[in-house]
Amino acid sequence: MSGGHSTYSPKTGIGRWIDARMPLPRLVHDSFVSYPVPRNLNYAYTFGGILSIMLVAQILTGVVLAMHYANDTTLAFQSVEKIMRDVNSGWLLRYMHSNGASFFFIAVYIHIMRGLYYGSYKAPRELLWILGCIIYLLMMATGFMGYVLPWGQMSFWGATVITGFFTAIPLVGEWVQQLLLGGFAVDNPTLNRFFALHYLLPFMIAGVVVLHVWALHVTGQTNPTGIEVKSKTDTVAFTPYATIKDGFAMVVFLAVFAYFIFYIPNFLGHPDNYIQADSLKTPAHIVPEWYYLPFYAILRAVTFNIGPIDSKLGGVLAMFGSIAVLFVVPWLDTSKVRSAVYRPWYKLFFWLFVINAIFLGWLGSRPAEGAYVIMSQLATLYYFAFFLVIMPVLGLIEPPRRLPNSITEAVLEKNKGGSAHPAGANAAPETRG
Amino acid sequence: MKKILNGLAAIGFLLAGTAGAAVAAEEANHAAEPTHFPIHKPKEMDWTFAGPFGTFDKGQLQRGLKIYKEVCSACHSMNLVAFRTLEDLGYSEAQVKAFAAEYEVQDGPNGEGEMFTRKALPGDHFPSPFPNTAAAAAANGGAAPPDFSLIAKARGVERGFPTFVFDIFTMYASNGPDYIHALLTGYDEQPPAGMEIAEGTHYNPFFIAGKSLAMAKPLSDGQVTYEDGSPETVEQYSRDVAAFLMWAAEPHLEARKQTGFAVMIFLVLFAGLVYATKRRVWANVAH
Amino acid sequence: MSATDTSEPNRRDFLYVATGMAGAVGAAAVAWPFIDQMRPDASTLAASSVEVDVSSLTPGMSLTVKWRGKPVFIRNRTPEEIKAAQEVPMADLKDPVARNANISSDAQATDIDRTAGEGKENWLVMVGVCTHLGCVPLGQQGDFGGWFCPCHGSHYDTAGRIRKGPAPENLHIPNFQFLSNTTIRIG
Repeated sequence: MSGGHSTYSPKTGIGRWIDARMPLPRLVHDSFVSYPVPRNLNYAYTFGGILSIMLVAQILTGVVLAMHYANDTTLAFQSVEKIMRDVNSGWLLRYMHSNGASFFFIAVYIHIMRGLYYGSYKAPRELLWILGCIIYLLMMATGFMGYVLPWGQMSFWGATVITGFFTAIPLVGEWVQQLLLGGFAVDNPTLNRFFALHYLLPFMIAGVVVLHVWALHVTGQTNPTGIEVKSKTDTVAFTPYATIKDGFAMVVFLAVFAYFIFYIPNFLGHPDNYIQADSLKTPAHIVPEWYYLPFYAILRAVTFNIGPIDSKLGGVLAMFGSIAVLFVVPWLDTSKVRSAVYRPWYKLFFWLFVINAIFLGWLGSRPAEGAYVIMSQLATLYYFAFFLVIMPVLGLIEPPRRLPNSITEAVLEKNKGGSAHPAGANAAPETRG
Repeated sequence: MKKILNGLAAIGFLLAGTAGAAVAAEEANHAAEPTHFPIHKPKEMDWTFAGPFGTFDKGQLQRGLKIYKEVCSACHSMNLVAFRTLEDLGYSEAQVKAFAAEYEVQDGPNGEGEMFTRKALPGDHFPSPFPNTAAAAAANGGAAPPDFSLIAKARGVERGFPTFVFDIFTMYASNGPDYIHALLTGYDEQPPAGMEIAEGTHYNPFFIAGKSLAMAKPLSDGQVTYEDGSPETVEQYSRDVAAFLMWAAEPHLEARKQTGFAVMIFLVLFAGLVYATKRRVWANVAH
Repeated sequence: MSATDTSEPNRRDFLYVATGMAGAVGAAAVAWPFIDQMRPDASTLAASSVEVDVSSLTPGMSLTVKWRGKPVFIRNRTPEEIKAAQEVPMADLKDPVARNANISSDAQATDIDRTAGEGKENWLVMVGVCTHLGCVPLGQQGDFGGWFCPCHGSHYDTAGRIRKGPAPENLHIPNFQFLSNTTIRIG
């Protein structure tokens, strides 16, 4: 998969026998042992590994929770509470799963931001990036449907609002919504199909992850300099170098995760979801899970009609557009330089984008009234301007900083503790590794 | 480029300004016509179950159970809690059995196909005071009293920025009990002049969903007799019942925190080991 | 890799082994809740004892109650049934062990040890699950007037002892006790 020449040579007779028939060990060796990675990867590059263990953790906890969950509107809420109260270690597994969703999203957001910062989406990695966007979309769908399953007030009304998006589609909207719900409102058929799909989608995610990793191993990792690997001294073997570094990051990430599970397990949830769903009583203030809040803010920011598009359709289009725009990022960025490290202006706008996204998230949790609406509109404007205006224009007018000749040179320059060295000076006589 | 920067700075200031204005507007609610609830935020109390080593005070839980049984349970069900779990409160199996036997539950059908009532067994859940939600609503002026099994996790006053960020580090997770205590002790305040209180409702500035609620002040000094000498005051009653309801909502809280401590210790030590290994592996590679 | 790699081999090896061991311990600890959750939960265990009113059972009548999801046969035996069971020589028994959870596990399958004991020989309380492959035997049928399992043809006598057919053991007797003359607690 790494494209290069395989260095795997089985030492035992059994190893050779298997290798001649189905070279799975060779595949694993080439992909996760001898696979070369740039030597200058920092901890921002460890989130891919963290995401894989989060996916595995969610699938494992999900499968065991499904052993106790009752998929019926009259029983769902009680069965979740039975898990919390009576099932052995049930509270732990359930808190792992519910907080796990949040930490999955924390990791994916850092992973996406790392990609945006270091220009990981640029040629030849467009497909790698698009596969990542598909995974993210599937995650959002999975997370949304999973949140409906406990059948609390937020589950029910969140499902009502989200499926309501589809009524904004002209002509067929109503029909599409009924198709999704299996009725005229969220009810038992809805819960049943959401459970079936919530169980299915993670395995689809796992499938796309395989493609994502495949695409990664064809082109190789980017790195903080954004310069492609040029020679063997630029890389180290995946094992042990990247595995141990990823391993350390995973343990630290899991420690934060554990802190939430054991000490503040309901911090990221909403109290209203501990009230059983009531189809006749809407909570005063419906909010989605925190990881959807920025998009929720964008949805609500469109309060005005745009020509023939009414505000409802406009909001839905803006919300879906805010995700769709990610898919075309590789073609929006016109810069010849990949990494933000050498793009002072892009760096600034990038961090503004991050702050703006967090700000949008906060706005999404506020009631849609007064100054919050105007702030949401301004923040939405910047969100889209970043992709549609700043990215294309900046690439053409921004003067990049001087690029090093190679990864190795950049590493040595950094380790000298000074950036004042002229290009090419002190080139690597003491290269080790 | 500089112009763009200046423009951005201006937008930033504008955003900050409008945010400030919004917050100020929220605070300047007219005293008589508040639009955001609760009118007062609940006071943060000291709970024995708070913090990384928190445990329930069994005496307090027993007192809280007494309050629930003698006062709250007249209207509020608690149908997710089984009598057998009361052993967590320090009762023996026999005491739990005797306690359960004080309740009647419906069972059946028997051999003749009839439903019948029998004394509750430890495996049964607390029976509801009303046969169904409609009956509960009809008996209480249209609003069914909420079930109490999860009330301590189903209520929480929003903490606001930046408090909610600090809450991560202080492990604040007592929104529910704080709210319950505040609500039960909050009936004595008088509504500000000019505020209209709907008939049949009772002003309480700590109520999360309005200026007044249908439930009248449920507790008064001396109403419930304590055998352990604790003060028989509304303040004490409220604290005890709030703690009891936290237990009812999260019975495995102690196990969770104890397991958590072991897990955190392990992860910190393991992180140290992995970090040392990582240093060793990378020792000869400049990166 | 340079020659410096080989310095302090012992300390390095120790570090690697310790990290690997800690990782293995951690993984095993994480695996536990996933296995633990499969065990019967608290509500299932709480239902593990039932009290049965047997005042309406006259000799020759049976009652089937559900205990831990399985049928339990409670039978007030007739004097003829008791006599028939008492007269069976021990040598005729396929399974000579009482299989009674209330007495020692090597007790003989005499009639008295299959029942509720002295003075209550008429009471038979058994888990109604064939010891062959778990079907529920039919009462007062078969070659010995006791129970007959229709699945694979096992015959039990009036004390619930296996006499003929593929089942290896007598019908099991659960923990039970008479709380009063008319109330039995099973489990």
